[in-house]
Amino acid sequence: MPLLEVKNLGINFGGLRAVNKFDLDIERGEIVAIIGPNGAGKTTVFNMLSGYYTPTDGTITFKGKPLNGLQPFQIAQHGIARTFQNIRLFPQISVLDNVRIGLHPRAGYSLVDSILRTPRFRAKEAELTDRALDLLATFGLEDKANIKASSLPYGAQRRLEIARAQAVQPDLLLLDEPAAGMNPSEVQQMVELVRFVKEKFNLTVLLIEHQMGLVMNLCERLVVMDFGEIIACGLPQEVRDNPKVLEAYLGRGAVT
Amino acid sequence: MDKNKQVILALVGVVVLYIILKALIMTGVLGPYWQIILNYALIYVIGGLGLSIIYGFTGQFSLGHAAFVGIGAYSAGLFAITFSHYGAWGSLGSLVVGIVCAGVVGYLIGVPILRLKSDYLGIATLGFNFIVYDGLQNSDKLFPAMGGAQGMTGVPQFQTFEWYFVAAVLVVILARNFVFSTHGRACTAIRENETAANVVGVSPARTKIMAFTIGCALAGLAGALYCHNYPYLNPDSFSFLESINYLIVVVLGGLGSLAGTVITAVGWAFLLELLRLVLGPFYAFRGVIYALILIVVIIVRSQGIFGGMEAPFLVPQIGRRKPRAIVGS
Repeated sequence: MPLLEVKNLGINFGGLRAVNKFDLDIERGEIVAIIGPNGAGKTTVFNMLSGYYTPTDGTITFKGKPLNGLQPFQIAQHGIARTFQNIRLFPQISVLDNVRIGLHPRAGYSLVDSILRTPRFRAKEAELTDRALDLLATFGLEDKANIKASSLPYGAQRRLEIARAQAVQPDLLLLDEPAAGMNPSEVQQMVELVRFVKEKFNLTVLLIEHQMGLVMNLCERLVVMDFGEIIACGLPQEVRDNPKVLEAYLGRGAVT
Repeated sequence: MDKNKQVILALVGVVVLYIILKALIMTGVLGPYWQIILNYALIYVIGGLGLSIIYGFTGQFSLGHAAFVGIGAYSAGLFAITFSHYGAWGSLGSLVVGIVCAGVVGYLIGVPILRLKSDYLGIATLGFNFIVYDGLQNSDKLFPAMGGAQGMTGVPQFQTFEWYFVAAVLVVILARNFVFSTHGRACTAIRENETAANVVGVSPARTKIMAFTIGCALAGLAGALYCHNYPYLNPDSFSFLESINYLIVVVLGGLGSLAGTVITAVGWAFLLELLRLVLGPFYAFRGVIYALILIVVIIVRSQGIFGGMEAPFLVPQIGRRKPRAIVGS
């Protein structure tokens, strides 16, 4: 059974069919990329997978359970975490608290526990803080734990967003353009980070990316979208030589 | 600063503060009139912290906070009048009644209106404030004891400063415990970025309703204490203008700062009275001065006087319990 099964997914925005007949199976442990020109519907697919948009038709099955109609926070609790194309941290609070918020659903103490500072609160809160600090250490951010998230440099903010997503303890991580706005050496670091995180946490990764260096280096399988539909999928090499893909990126004239 | 030291320091601070205030009262420096103002300042602290949780920490813009203070004041007042023969127990019970009534109404109102965002939520809460205000103005037609526009009298008074001091200290501690917990952090996450909070597993609807209910319950406590501080309850004390006062306390103090709200609440309550003395016949112009203060602070320090700051003794110490796990193992 695949970890994620997407069948015939589609969504309309008014009269616009943004995504149509999108099928995708992802096995546990894979790294898959969705690529395609701007406006192809890649982020819309992510928004449906993470519950932010409700699909007009089609089904999403994750670990054998249907996800249709669930809210984003419920989907997160089922084990799908994501990052955003334009980084969305909690800017005015500390780096540590950004990660601790990701641990909120598993905090294990009630409102009353926290207000009365019960022994359970003390034990669970200490455990939670330790876990958050471990995660920060894994992402090389432990020494920045107490500074505001907004004062981190760009690359570190990207790392923090992945660390926060990891706090959810997902099985599937959705990365929306993790290397956007990065120079080649930073892209290389991001490739290594994604690979490292995937191994360490035994993850499955689905990512959207424009940086072909990252995609070709990292991904075992590519899905190419254009105008809301899948136009090609397969190994990076196959996809790269596919005339339909070249046409989508470069235009018909360039191919013939 | 280790944890035990922090607790002892805070405790000593509270005791010293109490002794100073008590000494001022005993020596007559703070006469009966100023004692009532001091009580009022502490009521402001409690109500202000309620709005601080709703707006300062959770980012839910409320222009109707005084309505919940009013619900607390009138429900507690009615209870205290009815059970006045139980003495202090009746008064203590009335505080619970005030908290529960405002909290329950806050919850029931919060469920439908917290779907709205920012300005729209402000307008909805403003509307609720008008409903409550009009309801109180005409309450005598349903319950003669509430007095309607004439005001309600007969609530047993306890102007002993201790009640207010203990209540305010307890509320500061409880608010601090709430804010520095996973539930408080969930609120801050909603304020900072609702979408991001949602995808890391924080339910926006639940978190907002929780914060709103807690904030309204604190407003209810403020109201309950208010009705024991003034022998005469008037709907005008819970109008939209009073909601603006609470908003000013939270915004001037700095969104997301408990200490800022506390200090500004006390400062504001005394400022209102001080202006009454200083301005004398020109007291009607006080609104000009409030507005000027607000404008100057927003220009000079847009984050509020204490924005981004917190009293160190309120912030819990963060440390590892276990040694660091070995990376990559």
